[in-house]
Amino acid sequence: MNSTTEIKRHLAREADAPRFSLSEVDGHLKLTAIGNWTLKTIADVDQRLKRELENFNQQAVSYDFDGVGEMDTAGAYVLSRAIKCKTGKCFNWSIKADNKGQNMLIQAAADARMGKLPDQGRMWYDVLVRIGRATNRFWNELYDTLAFLGKFFIVLTRLLFNPGKIRWKSVIAMVEEVGINAAPIVMVLSFFIGAVIAYMGANLLASFGAQIFMVELVGFSVLREFAVLITAIMLAGRSDSAFTAQIGAMRMRQEIDAMTVIGLETFETLVVPRALACLISAPILTFLAMLSGLFGGMLVAWLGPTDVSPILFVGRLQDSVPIQHFWVGMIKSPFFAIIIAVVGCRQGLAVTGSVDSLGSRTTTSVVQAIFAVITIDAMFAMLFLQLGV
Amino acid sequence: MALVLDIQSPPVEARGILTQFGTNIIHENLNFRVDRGEIVGLVGGSGSGKSVLLNTLLGLKEPEGGIVRYFGQDRRSLKPELRQEINNQIGVLFQGGALFSSLTVRENIMVPLREHTDLPLQLMRELADMKIHMVGLPLSAATLFPSDLSGGMKKRAGLARALALDPSLLYLDEPTAGLDPIGASAFDQLILGLRDAMDLTVIMVTHDLDSLFTICDRVAVLVDKRIAINDSLPKVQAFDHPWVQQYFGGARARAANTAGLDAEQDLGSQ
Repeated sequence: MNSTTEIKRHLAREADAPRFSLSEVDGHLKLTAIGNWTLKTIADVDQRLKRELENFNQQAVSYDFDGVGEMDTAGAYVLSRAIKCKTGKCFNWSIKADNKGQNMLIQAAADARMGKLPDQGRMWYDVLVRIGRATNRFWNELYDTLAFLGKFFIVLTRLLFNPGKIRWKSVIAMVEEVGINAAPIVMVLSFFIGAVIAYMGANLLASFGAQIFMVELVGFSVLREFAVLITAIMLAGRSDSAFTAQIGAMRMRQEIDAMTVIGLETFETLVVPRALACLISAPILTFLAMLSGLFGGMLVAWLGPTDVSPILFVGRLQDSVPIQHFWVGMIKSPFFAIIIAVVGCRQGLAVTGSVDSLGSRTTTSVVQAIFAVITIDAMFAMLFLQLGV
Repeated sequence: MALVLDIQSPPVEARGILTQFGTNIIHENLNFRVDRGEIVGLVGGSGSGKSVLLNTLLGLKEPEGGIVRYFGQDRRSLKPELRQEINNQIGVLFQGGALFSSLTVRENIMVPLREHTDLPLQLMRELADMKIHMVGLPLSAATLFPSDLSGGMKKRAGLARALALDPSLLYLDEPTAGLDPIGASAFDQLILGLRDAMDLTVIMVTHDLDSLFTICDRVAVLVDKRIAINDSLPKVQAFDHPWVQQYFGGARARAANTAGLDAEQDLGSQ
């Protein structure tokens, strides 16, 4: 770096703002630029230059960069607007007092302006296309989930004939995670639900003078529906999302591929242990939820305005709430458990390389699991209605 | 402009760096200096603390002792505005590209522009496309997501993002690792070309002997918890240290060396 350019740089720094002048002779445009042409300075000058260039119809450009201080790629890009480009071809240009760096910058900028991407406009029928895609995706998801469920049952049956191949260690570890760790939150939620039903029921039934029927209300609703639903929804929110995230992350790091190559079957090692853990945990959790739901109801009945003592509550529960309601609740829990585990694992295995897909698959997984739980519950309700249970 | 950096002084200089994790000392009394316009290769065995040194130089990690100077100024005593100014002068290409996976390539490159400039959106897009072109990606890559790119394309896209603000100092963490030899040598040439066009100073951590022989002006060897030597390649090769001798004396190094010499002769005869 010699001293004259040093001084020039210094002067240019004083006169910061980029300025330019244009003149045309016989289709030959002369662009004289001064000042600093960098990212920080070009915001305003760009529009001005673009506007003024529209007045010229140049065939060639010669640049005079004697007064230019700093120039970076952004500055070069703006200056290169003077060079007219068609696809694959740029008109000739030259720089006075050829400076290697500036030359390369302008060259790079001119090259970059060749072969622009066409803008992708939005079409009026885009919305229809999206609706079509979404519908298609819905059916595909349904089909894939059912196919996955079928494959799961085949593998499970095979393993049940050969129980030694089931990975009990991982089943037990999963039971701790899915079942034992979830027990407190499930019980607390169920307790509150039972209490709320008792409270609302007491208020409503009091207007008929039939407060004592709140025992039936709590018994029926907690045993038949709420305990098992709360458990299933907690499992869907807690364990199903964890399954998707775990398996999805393994998929992203190619662990699943490695397992397949080594000869470990994905279904045997990942899906079946999780499903069995859910299968074992769900009925136990449901039972605990029933207990704490009834307890919540009993507490409100006792301490609330109705003043039903625990002895009276339990006695009436035994007399007027048949045991079949308990079984109606319990019988549903394994179905929920299987569908939750299967949806979680399937979505996890469907994760592709990106972080985005992991996020969206986890969301989809929880939504589908809760959707499936409610749907199956409705189907059971219709079935039991027909059976008269 | 209130804040003017003296870009002639060494872009980065570390003095007496001490790094330790618990009782495990990684660097002790480490001195490292990079002069403007150089391409410096940083080599060292696996686990010798190259990445830790890179993080220390980048400011991602504070050393337990010693100072780091950017453009002649002590990092710790910098005012926040000047610190930002300096950060904008530094571009980093992380090993896997570290592209934001929820953004397209073009949007990735626009992130620093959006954050640190107030240009019109259209101009930002055009500048991003220019960077895409400069790193040798096809323009159709602009609208792709990182998950759709191959390893080499990811590195190029990462480089384009690192160059978005026209930094004067560029860190490359194993830029050619995982690329095939053709891709690796194209990437080397790309770095050389960009250095000339954009007046860059480049620090690259590398194990690629071909890169060391063809594009590095100087090679710094991180061994025995410090930079044992930081000099031109022939001098480093002649350096009397068992690790250095083994590193540059192996069959692979000899092959790369002859290839590098051939390449230089080819360039000379043109």
